[in-house]
Amino acid sequence: MTTITADHAHDHAHDHDADHKPAFFQRWFMSTNHKDIGTLYLIFAIFAGVVGGAISGLMRVELAQPGIQYLQGWANIQHSLMGAEPASLDQAYHLWNALITAHGLIMVFFMVMPAIIGGFGNWFVPIMIGAPDMAFPRMNNISFWLLIPAFLLLLGSAFVPGGTGYGAGTGWTVYAPLSTSGSAGPAVDMAILSLHIAGAGSILGAVNFITTIFNMRAPGMTLHKMPLFVWSVLVTAFLLLLALPVLAAAITMLLTDRNFGTTFYDAAGGGDPELYQHLFWFFGHPEVYIMILPGFGIVSQIVSTFSRKPVFGYLGMAYAMVAIGVVGFVVWAHHMFTTGMSVNVKMYFTAATMVIAVPTGIKIFSWIATMWGGSMSFKTPMVWALGFIFMFTVGGVTGVVLANGGVDDVLHDTYYVVAHFHYVLSLGAVFSLFAGFYYWFPKMSGRMYNEFLGQLHFWVFFVGVNLLFFPMHFLGLSGMPRRYPDYPEAFAKWNGVASLGYEIMAVGMVIFFINVFWSLAAGRKAAGNPWGEGATTLEWTLSSPPPFHQFETLPVIEDAPHH
Amino acid sequence: MMATLPPSPFDRDRRNRRTMAAMFVVGLAMLALGFASVPLYRIFCEQTGFGGTTQRAAADVQVREATGHSMSIRFDSNVQPGMPWQFHPEQPTQTVTVGARSMAIFIAKNMSDKPVSGTASFNVTPTQAGAYFTKIQCFCFTQQTLQPGQEVRMPVLYYVDPKIIDDPDNKDTQQITLSYTFYPVEQDGKAS
Repeated sequence: MTTITADHAHDHAHDHDADHKPAFFQRWFMSTNHKDIGTLYLIFAIFAGVVGGAISGLMRVELAQPGIQYLQGWANIQHSLMGAEPASLDQAYHLWNALITAHGLIMVFFMVMPAIIGGFGNWFVPIMIGAPDMAFPRMNNISFWLLIPAFLLLLGSAFVPGGTGYGAGTGWTVYAPLSTSGSAGPAVDMAILSLHIAGAGSILGAVNFITTIFNMRAPGMTLHKMPLFVWSVLVTAFLLLLALPVLAAAITMLLTDRNFGTTFYDAAGGGDPELYQHLFWFFGHPEVYIMILPGFGIVSQIVSTFSRKPVFGYLGMAYAMVAIGVVGFVVWAHHMFTTGMSVNVKMYFTAATMVIAVPTGIKIFSWIATMWGGSMSFKTPMVWALGFIFMFTVGGVTGVVLANGGVDDVLHDTYYVVAHFHYVLSLGAVFSLFAGFYYWFPKMSGRMYNEFLGQLHFWVFFVGVNLLFFPMHFLGLSGMPRRYPDYPEAFAKWNGVASLGYEIMAVGMVIFFINVFWSLAAGRKAAGNPWGEGATTLEWTLSSPPPFHQFETLPVIEDAPHH
Repeated sequence: MMATLPPSPFDRDRRNRRTMAAMFVVGLAMLALGFASVPLYRIFCEQTGFGGTTQRAAADVQVREATGHSMSIRFDSNVQPGMPWQFHPEQPTQTVTVGARSMAIFIAKNMSDKPVSGTASFNVTPTQAGAYFTKIQCFCFTQQTLQPGQEVRMPVLYYVDPKIIDDPDNKDTQQITLSYTFYPVEQDGKAS
């Protein structure tokens, strides 16, 4: 694959050869280069994020006032596109269900996961461990290109019958029996197949990451010297490998129940719809850590870089992620507290869930301790990382509230839950994504982003999402249920505030895109290490952008403390 | 990891393939576990009475009666909407001595002019009583077929395990509801 004979003195001469790039089609459509695949993942994730974000915009517009304002009209447009009669009210409600389903599935499977694992993972895991590329570059290509048909299947499902109306209206959880006997028509089959394909791609990616991290590390890069982002991707890859096959089994049984007369989830044939919930959440709970753990890794790198200190309690940080991953597999039924469990089962799942707050707390305190006494600079990546720590802690606290089985009986399926998981994902995972994007943008593109626009993006987005999601706590505590397009007059005020918050957030996104396009076209050229002495990981030893093939001569990691 | 010389590309490719194979085995094992969860879940519920799953005992089982401890048993009967059967218990409740064998009669009638087969699903509430509610004989163990207009009296032979008296989770349990739901079965034996 590479020659190991060249010594460091020859590196510069080789950089020229290393930068020999294939032609456009071969480079981007048949790519086996981890950085190019990472870029493709990031572009895909941004596109999917715009689609998923636009869907949530539709929802916030409808929810801005009580009553049905626009939903009926949208359903009529959808029906006229399909050459069908104008939609009935029930079909308009079905469109609402299809919107929430699409928003959830797109944001989870086609935005956060591709960006944080496929994008940043592909770009920086090989570089951070001193590897020339991923272990299986062609499998890496397959992982990415499986996402495209998966996404097209999901989008296409909006235009085929799904029971009451067009599209899959099952929620991202695809619970039986709504998803089996309750949703005739091919839409739900297409959505399930979409999950199968996206899941297969993620499993291939997970195997690739595990192999890369175990076998491709540069000499001297021991497991306990790996940057925390690499640790986070390693734990995430194991979670994917252990959780996704269970989802595959669960939704395969949905497919056979729907199409081949089996009764895995049908009590009439001796099955049990609750079994689906157990299987789904056995996947679904690790899935939420899959979305957040790489974010932990990114934030650790950034906090360390901009505090100019190594991460406080490196080993504790690494094994806290391992602990979160392990415990994350035995708490799934806290999503099902209202399915009629005995008190003892509820007590176990309450206690096990609260235990996760311990390793998570270790991480929060270690980030704070990293900053303590550090020489801090508040560049854009750092303010996003600080925003992440603050917002994720808020979401974590409401998570501990919801972990109580008795409290959950009251708050289950209310907007309090919506507020909770948007604080950990939409303000947690997404903030870490933006932090990572600004942190590595100079490395990936070779150009600096605009610092003023980056800061402005942060503050506008921060105000927007907090206005958007914080009132949902109040709505949930007052009993507003999730997944409805309408609500009583009493909830109007906070819903109005939330929709206003969405608009502010959307302005923030416009600033983001202006910044990206301006910086790509006219940004200042970035140095190899634009962040100074705090940036100690291997990607900052390379040029910006890195050569097409890096580390033709493997770097040797010295024994000095180096995290 | 002390080696300063990196492994040769050949060695590394072999190690990579070995790691990949091991990881795929792990993934396949989890896939198998996903499917295996169907029987495992059933066995788990049967063994622990989880979700109010009732227990089953042989006809010659010997149980000590706990005289002085009585329990009210309520019977609940349902048919899937659209199934042309009437189905109800002969008595809505029975008061039984804990540990004593008792018999309840359920009456089912086919209201249609075609033969209809059905199977019944069942459980008890409160669900923590499932581990103690024991059936010796039940129409729900097998498929039932009723000719047009036919009415049958179907027995359930059961007892409440005396161990329930010592279970702290059941110290408030004074009544156990036994519920059945009949589902139609298609002629080829498959559920509709």
